[in-house]
Amino acid sequence: MTEKKRIVVAMSGGVDSSVTAALLQEQGHEVIGMTMQIWDYSSFTAQHGDTFGTCCSLDDVHDARRVAEGLGIPFYVVNFEQEFQRQVIDRFCDDYFAGRTPNPCVLCNQLLKFELLLRRARELEADFLATGHYARIIGEDGAFSLRQGLDPQKDQSYFLFTLTQEQMGRVLFPLGDMTKEEVRAHAARFGLRTAEKPESQDICFVPDGDYVRFLEEERGGGEMNGEIVHVSGRLLGRHLGTYRYTVGQRRGLGIAWPRPLFVVGIDADRRQVVVGEEEHLARAELVVHGVNWSQGEPAAPLQAVCRIRYRHQGVPAEITPLPAGRARVVFANLQRGVTPGQAAVFYDRDRVIGGGWIE
Amino acid sequence: MKRIYMDNNATTAVRPEVLEAMLPFFCEQFGNPSSVHWAGRAVAGAVEKAREQVARLINCSPAEIVFVSCGSKGDDFAIKGTADALRDKGNHIITTAVEHPAVLNTCKFLEKQGFEVTYLAVDCDGMLDLAALEAAIRPQTILISAMWANNETGTLFPIEEVGAIARKHRVRFHTDAVQALGKVPVDVQKANVDLLVVSGHKLGAPKGVGALFIRKGTKLTPLIHGGHQERNRRAGTHNVPAIVGLGLACELAGQELALKMEKVRRLRDRLEQGIFARIPEVKLNGHPTVRLPNTLNVSFAWIEGESLLLNLDLKGIAASSGSACTSGSLEPSHVMGAMCVEITLAHSSTRFSLGPDNTEEEVDYVLEILPPIVQRLRDMSPLYQRHLTCEECSIVKRI
Repeated sequence: MTEKKRIVVAMSGGVDSSVTAALLQEQGHEVIGMTMQIWDYSSFTAQHGDTFGTCCSLDDVHDARRVAEGLGIPFYVVNFEQEFQRQVIDRFCDDYFAGRTPNPCVLCNQLLKFELLLRRARELEADFLATGHYARIIGEDGAFSLRQGLDPQKDQSYFLFTLTQEQMGRVLFPLGDMTKEEVRAHAARFGLRTAEKPESQDICFVPDGDYVRFLEEERGGGEMNGEIVHVSGRLLGRHLGTYRYTVGQRRGLGIAWPRPLFVVGIDADRRQVVVGEEEHLARAELVVHGVNWSQGEPAAPLQAVCRIRYRHQGVPAEITPLPAGRARVVFANLQRGVTPGQAAVFYDRDRVIGGGWIE
Repeated sequence: MKRIYMDNNATTAVRPEVLEAMLPFFCEQFGNPSSVHWAGRAVAGAVEKAREQVARLINCSPAEIVFVSCGSKGDDFAIKGTADALRDKGNHIITTAVEHPAVLNTCKFLEKQGFEVTYLAVDCDGMLDLAALEAAIRPQTILISAMWANNETGTLFPIEEVGAIARKHRVRFHTDAVQALGKVPVDVQKANVDLLVVSGHKLGAPKGVGALFIRKGTKLTPLIHGGHQERNRRAGTHNVPAIVGLGLACELAGQELALKMEKVRRLRDRLEQGIFARIPEVKLNGHPTVRLPNTLNVSFAWIEGESLLLNLDLKGIAASSGSACTSGSLEPSHVMGAMCVEITLAHSSTRFSLGPDNTEEEVDYVLEILPPIVQRLRDMSPLYQRHLTCEECSIVKRI
């Protein structure tokens, strides 16, 4: 890109998006910083009184503002609290109470960052929206493809599988071909105050990681307890709510049993948590819905590598498109921890073919 | 890039002569006005002079002025202080649906403490219904709180009539006059006001200083329980430089009000007429005539006020969508809601609040920049596209 463009950078206050803004400015572009305000921490802070180091806390809005000020670029906070509540938090809660384990980061990217924020950017006549994600968008043969970030430790393409062709044409990931060390070196070179900030790990709206308490505060009350049963049908104990469990979970079951037990299924309607031994976790296939095919839906089944959670190394699989935006994934070998609610993302080497939500 | 400031209802620049008057009170005359010695004495005189200057602007006696740290503190003190002092007399407060959050949220807090609050509706121009006010008064009513001028629309309440009703029923009357001072004449005697709030930074004094007029004989429970400053009414060491600045700013505002506001009104009218002449489907929010001379609040159908503001900012034009205290909130403004402004129009409300430093050239620049931005945002709006092809869409006809 040699031409000077107007680029909105989604700034979280963290080192990645700060370096993104600084690099684009250094390349001569007109950069505008924007931060999405998506969650009101005031009630939480009032109750607990501590500060948080997650990606979206109020402190980080201040950091983002200070970085933008240092770069001398316009900076705006856009308030998406209502949309975040409706599109992300409500679905997060719905999923847990329906026995699924949601992935709110993908939803936030899909419905807020690359939808609402991108629209805001376009309203400002911006040519592109840039973020600090570790992924790449490559244009070839008149179409765009989403690629893994070059740093395998940081690759975030999994969280971005919902990107459409139109969105990819308007989005930039300037950090996609860098390592985290290179980004930190840039941050130090630019003298960015966020250079030494620790990585955020938790879900931004559950900054202490205690999602159970979060769910109870959001949707508290009502009879939630039920049975813990073995796959054989034997009653092993009771639980205080199915939302406290995730498929694949081993710890915290509180049941004495000769062999290690895992959660292998959750039946929210019957308020039942089903547990079994390791072999009961194994799955040969899964079905996803809400599929996005990055370069269009394939006409025939195809071979790909499927990742069933963010840190999953991937497994060869045959993917068969089904009607109504669904697809069947048959693994080359049995997989543990197929978790309803998580995303399954399909890859051809480093290229994202598509992905969907595990049923 | 040009920088044009049309957000004077949010804050104003400190006037150079005000800053000049403040400067000696940082390093040279640094004393604490409560001290008995020479250093304190010199400064105590300056504080009392400022008190006289503020008092003159609103036509009260200096002893009735208490310095506070901002407008919100003044409102908080007036309302909570009254609620506590008159607890035995009653538990009912009357206010309006379009007050500043400093008043509304204080009233909501008191509701949680067991007080009852009536929030009076306004009409589509944002005007208060005096008959409804009078009808709302009960034997337990201890306070009427109604703003002098609305910060978002500039609509002026009939304050003298409100004051007369309050006097007739022997109910205490508080008014947030933060937006009115320096823009329209304010006289606490004519208006029968018991408590009135002044904010420094809206009229050329620095941020962080304000004043509360407390009519003689008005019992008010202090909210800060510390030293004996301000006749035991507001503890805390005086912010002397800011108080000196507030005093001078009030004096200048009184002297220049008629002259400067005539100029501001002409500029505002030029902007208003220019917008209506150049842009279709615009609605004026607030009263068309009974309004602050500097304020123009308009809704541009089909677009979001926030997007418009950011686009204006990128062109160097500072305006606002309602109150700066609530910007960043997606909720359409409570003021627009109370005035039966349709929700899509409420989202697009934009406030230009001018000051004496604005020029005709600046107004003309805004009139040149604004129409293409509005058109571009409308072209991007799915609602607008649908409306263009849909004959039954009637929202526009109602504008």
